[in-house]
Amino acid sequence: MTRRILLLLLVPHGAAAAQDTPGKATYERWCAGCHGDAGAGDGEAASYMLPRPRDFTKGVYQVRTTASGSLPTDADLRRVIDEGMPGTAMPGWRTRLSERERNDLVSYLKSFSRFFQTDTPELLELGRAPGGGADAIAEGRQVYETLECFKCHGQAGRGDGTSAPTLTDDDGHPIRAADLTKARNFNGGAAVEQIYARLRTGLDGTPMPSFSDAVTSSVITDEQLWRVAQYVRSLSPQRQPAVREVIRAHLVPQLPASPDDTAWAGAEAYFVPLVGQIIVAPRSFAPTVDAVWVRAMHDGERLAIRIAWHDPSRSPDPVWQEWLDRVAASVHRDDTTGVVQGPDRLILQFPVSASPDAEPPFFLGGSSRRPVHVWRWESEPDRVQEGSGAGLGQFTPGPASQTTHASRFDNGEWQVQITRALTPVDTAAAPVFTPGGLVPLAFVAADGSSGENEVQGSVSAWYAVYLDIPTPGRVFVQPLVAAVFTAGLGLFVILRAQRRERGAPDSHAEAS
Amino acid sequence: MKRITTVLLSGLFLVGCGGGGGDASGGGEGGTPAAAATGPTGTATITGSISFAGAAPANPAIDMSEEQACRDKYQSQPTNPQVVVNDGKLANVFVYVKSGLPDGATYPAPAAPVVLDQDGCLYHPRVLGILVGQSLEIRNSDPVLHNIKAVPTVNRGFNISQPTAGMTSSRTFNSPEVMVPLECNVHGWMNAYLGVMSHPFFAVSAEDGTFTISGLPAGSYEIEAWHETQGVKTMSVTVADGGSATADFSFGPSA
Repeated sequence: MTRRILLLLLVPHGAAAAQDTPGKATYERWCAGCHGDAGAGDGEAASYMLPRPRDFTKGVYQVRTTASGSLPTDADLRRVIDEGMPGTAMPGWRTRLSERERNDLVSYLKSFSRFFQTDTPELLELGRAPGGGADAIAEGRQVYETLECFKCHGQAGRGDGTSAPTLTDDDGHPIRAADLTKARNFNGGAAVEQIYARLRTGLDGTPMPSFSDAVTSSVITDEQLWRVAQYVRSLSPQRQPAVREVIRAHLVPQLPASPDDTAWAGAEAYFVPLVGQIIVAPRSFAPTVDAVWVRAMHDGERLAIRIAWHDPSRSPDPVWQEWLDRVAASVHRDDTTGVVQGPDRLILQFPVSASPDAEPPFFLGGSSRRPVHVWRWESEPDRVQEGSGAGLGQFTPGPASQTTHASRFDNGEWQVQITRALTPVDTAAAPVFTPGGLVPLAFVAADGSSGENEVQGSVSAWYAVYLDIPTPGRVFVQPLVAAVFTAGLGLFVILRAQRRERGAPDSHAEAS
Repeated sequence: MKRITTVLLSGLFLVGCGGGGGDASGGGEGGTPAAAATGPTGTATITGSISFAGAAPANPAIDMSEEQACRDKYQSQPTNPQVVVNDGKLANVFVYVKSGLPDGATYPAPAAPVVLDQDGCLYHPRVLGILVGQSLEIRNSDPVLHNIKAVPTVNRGFNISQPTAGMTSSRTFNSPEVMVPLECNVHGWMNAYLGVMSHPFFAVSAEDGTFTISGLPAGSYEIEAWHETQGVKTMSVTVADGGSATADFSFGPSA
């Protein structure tokens, strides 16, 4: 009591009122916009998000180190505030707020739910990861089968299981089964220990259950559950893929015939992140496709581009209608017309005439003043149209198709290969690909089963494709000449030294 | 201070539901420490019959083609038994004493668990009641993965995976709550509803629509009947010791 009075005396009057409830001011400034003033997850921005911001009044948290249904620890809450929730709109605050502000936020968040007054977190003993390796991963795959993880996450882990279209969170909003090949988006972190923790705790508020009971009732061993975590981790690249702006088209003697041609393994894969198109109405606030992987090859005559991306649905698909209805009911839409399933789409756009010096056209489909050349693939009917774009959705087909293409849908992944001659028939209407030259390109992807289309989809900034030049003959001859010359010179020096040594037998003694 | 108050209240046999989840939780794990505070019982009985007036809606068909092991348990296309009507009588109605018992009366949780079975990718029973602190034993009789998610608002929920046939899990609830929805996310059609009660005066209407609540002390009670799609109805009933009263409810479009 005395201490409190002393503290009050120390704090200036105006500040005392603001600090009444630690964390409140910080919360209202940085958090309430999404999570709402009363913490009910109903801030102004909430309906633009999928998944929705957390409703703190329920005291139900996904990422914990505690048993299913249990409250999180303070450290669990701090971790989410610090690191954010990758793959969602929740950013990390470690670098934006002071440690004290983040700690105050933890206690303020807890004040939203009465459960923090009556219940205590039930900590789980999580232990340490056993050694991994190829055998561990192979066993993990078997346990993945036994536990039927594929029901939601799919055979290849891409979130395309048979139950995926039906999944909802506790509030009835649609929720994706995690794409296990994108560890970068794992809410609780990408480390094996963190994946194992999610298997033990479940992700409360979502369909993801806890497997702790399966271990305690000896349906599986704890080690087997670790194996699942190790297997799941193995599905993603070890490191977050780097973004590189220039996509190299390798020069090859023969182009692959289809996107699943093994020859594609010879071309580097480039990671191109996409974001929801939120500039032109109607906007896309919760897009399905968050990245495409691009490979390119040319044979001096034609350019082949292979684009692959994950989409759990091959649209349109009646199985996903339930999903679309939920998305339409949950996420704000600019258009008030009925939401229908369309095809999946991928659009590649190029400046009409590529010049490395000129600034490329507007990245969202060009403009009427500076149109773009468009390759427009759709899944149903499976076709590529070429033409001119004067803005998103403002597409005019060209006179004749010069591309050939092949597409393939495999366990939640689209693979599309589009091939065209380096020089088009009409060089004024379409880009010329020149070996040694850069051609800008940008991407648009849309998931028809989520109500996306060529306007409401995900978009990239401008990238560029660079075509390898044939290696000139002198590159091989010059090193040979240099090697012969160096060897000859060396031989000459040695022979001469040997000759001199024979001529002057006492030279060693003189030197010492 | 709070703890002292609780102890004092216990001494006065007045520990009630208002005492908070923490107390009830202790009861669930440690047996029956609240036995000393047992609420009144008696010999009165309330019986009734639930009618369904009008045409019963058709229950939606379930596509179990992805779960052949479950599908094989049915001779014809299974339907989701949301509204079960036999000869104009409605089953799966949760009927319970909503008010009329002394404030704060608590009853010891029976040692025997309440069993919820997953069989043929449906819950059995679909509607059930349990006492605060009583064990809910969840059983998987299907050779497929089920997850059992409880989505309460008053209690804490849970979400357990049961990947194999024969697996059982047990959970308890701390506070009265009508109703706690239970669901399986692998099979989106699977729903069950659990009434968590502070007293044993509840029943679920049988296939013929009848129910019986017995062992009540004499008194006047508000009885509530709850159905998952048909809503809630209440009725006041007065019953004497050793006597019997009738509480018939009617649901449906023509009710």
